[in-house]
Amino acid sequence: MGRPIISVRGLGKRYQLGATPGHDTLRDHLAHALAALQRRWRRRNGEGAAPEPAGPREIWALREVSFDVMPGEVVGVIGRNGAGKSTLLKILSRITDPTEGEVRLRGRTASLLEVGTGFHPELTGRENIFLNGAILGMTQAEIRARFDEIVAFADIGPFLDTPVKRYSSGMYTRLAFAVAAHLQPEILVVDEVLAVGDAAFQKKCLNKMQDIGRTGRTILFVSHNLSAITRLCQRAIWLHQGRVMRDGPAAEVASAYLNSGIGTGAERTWPDGAAPGNTVVRLVRVRVRREDGTTCEAVDIREPVGIETEYEVLTPDKVLVPNYHFYNEEGVCVFISHDVDPAWRHRPKPCGRYRSTAWVPGNFLAEGRLTVNVAISTYRPFEVHVHERDAVAFTVVDNLSGETARGDYAGKLPGVVRPLLRWQTEVLES
Amino acid sequence: MNAGMDSAPAISGLMSSDEQVLRPRRGLVAIDFGELWRFRELFWLLAWRNVLIRYKQAYLGVGWAVLQPLLTMAVFTVVFGKLAGMSSGGAPFAVFNFAALLPWMFFANALSESSNSLVASQNLITKVYFPRLLIPTSAVLSGALDFLISIGLLLLLMAWYGVAFTANLLLMPVFFGLTFLAALAAGLWFSALNVRYRDVKYIVPFIVRLGIYVSPVGFLSAKGYEFLGPAYGLNPLVGLIDGFRWSILGAGFEPYWPGFWLGQAVVAVLLVSGAYYFRTMEKTFADVI
Repeated sequence: MGRPIISVRGLGKRYQLGATPGHDTLRDHLAHALAALQRRWRRRNGEGAAPEPAGPREIWALREVSFDVMPGEVVGVIGRNGAGKSTLLKILSRITDPTEGEVRLRGRTASLLEVGTGFHPELTGRENIFLNGAILGMTQAEIRARFDEIVAFADIGPFLDTPVKRYSSGMYTRLAFAVAAHLQPEILVVDEVLAVGDAAFQKKCLNKMQDIGRTGRTILFVSHNLSAITRLCQRAIWLHQGRVMRDGPAAEVASAYLNSGIGTGAERTWPDGAAPGNTVVRLVRVRVRREDGTTCEAVDIREPVGIETEYEVLTPDKVLVPNYHFYNEEGVCVFISHDVDPAWRHRPKPCGRYRSTAWVPGNFLAEGRLTVNVAISTYRPFEVHVHERDAVAFTVVDNLSGETARGDYAGKLPGVVRPLLRWQTEVLES
Repeated sequence: MNAGMDSAPAISGLMSSDEQVLRPRRGLVAIDFGELWRFRELFWLLAWRNVLIRYKQAYLGVGWAVLQPLLTMAVFTVVFGKLAGMSSGGAPFAVFNFAALLPWMFFANALSESSNSLVASQNLITKVYFPRLLIPTSAVLSGALDFLISIGLLLLLMAWYGVAFTANLLLMPVFFGLTFLAALAAGLWFSALNVRYRDVKYIVPFIVRLGIYVSPVGFLSAKGYEFLGPAYGLNPLVGLIDGFRWSILGAGFEPYWPGFWLGQAVVAVLLVSGAYYFRTMEKTFADVI
């Protein structure tokens, strides 16, 4: 063991918000440069100069982060959205430079921030395997040596020479993951890639990752799926507002995170400047509520639960459709629901503040923690104005009263939903 | 550099070939040729991908690479040769014009493709690391197949018009190499600018559209020099087109060397500054794109 394979020291990354100098035009840039010259000229001549425009706001996505990872460790990174998880992975993957501090990587590193990076729909499965493999850092010789294995893992046999645009989404994902799974780096950096594909395939991926971990590879793994983290990782690092909040055994860190209330809660309110959205619409508040209007973290499985979103429409004349995406603890999308309130169907919303609530009936969701993504979209033409992942979360509790689909059974009950069905038994013969 | 680091040099020396240090890069960033060499396979694959995609997506496929230069030549021969009565220095106007279209079309296509290449590769840039220089460079290279097809057409044209093959033809690869560098120099600048300034995508087609008339594609470069003096050579394509005519049509078309070297000096300056600008902007691509 001895030396760490990853050393992170005092790492920081600063982003500029608001008036970013990013997407402007050369024309604007020249105009700004001229205006600045003009200001300087006026100042020199003692004239009352126009005030300089306010500088862009800065945000530290990561600050003073330090940790070491020993060879063979499998480390999970947790934290709510905006905690700096993705920024950390981007720096470790060399996609972006740190603003301060440094990282030392003592081994061949591969990063998997997405499956199928560089896949081109016009190219065949075979062509994409070579291209994607090279993009992920494999040499042609390595890809050739593992080609048959990759094809077998992906299970796409007869479609190998078909352009991937004709693949089903399942085939596409399997092929993409198959290439990634056959990377053999010493350090593997993985982001949320397991949030794709069906449950069976996710399990296959988890198993494959576990295999990788066992063969002594070092893995840094970011996920919202706490149970995957505790299952796969010995150690977890909890990031909060860009800093390391806690670093230790995965189970301990995960439970501290869950109990901290810092994880996604039942209510979120955004201050004016930081609200998710664009120039069309902005979120103000999202909460989980009961019928009596109170905000609730835990819901009785028999009670209806409302997801209430307040938002501000800034640009009129767009048909805005709020929609909610419900995910369970395994990261499975339980369902998606669109606002079909007839009062606003196909009807543009004038500027102003709105509140849209969707009611999930009682005796429908399964027990456990549900996370809700809140989006507001326009469909003709398709535009997503807001998509806030993990906006709110709540826990559904089955209280063993015997009045639910559980009946009198008290054990662990699998299933994504738990509707109370109408049962009927007739006596046919006695 | 970070003096006084807590590392133990004796040990880190053993693993230095494997150790990567990621820290903020400030100021100008030089090209890491060793790294480019390590990624050479990806470079070829990206160029190969660009070619495959272009031919698979185009309805006419390779036919386009044949038709485009031939039709352009036909129009130029009629407009400049017949209607305007421009001199072709005694050579058949079609061959005279085609010799200029070879570098011009390669340059124009390479510039269009490469200036757009980074923005088109946004998905790669935000998800995986490899030297970003590979993107515009492989985009420039992917035009080479079209160029080879045009060379085939040129040989047919020369045979058809009875233009003698001379030893000068052997110089063509040199002029092609220089055209490649000129396209790369412009491609580096425009691709990096395009990430930050979204109006660059309107500037490049404009340059390409005007460039074919500003460069001596439909007339002798001597006309341009007559009009502007040696400064005409500041457009590197002037010297390159002369070079191609010289290697194809023979001794009577020797370039005006001061103008030629002036153009090459412009390319050298653009190439070195473009590489530095690209490398310096590179660290922010993923944040800005």
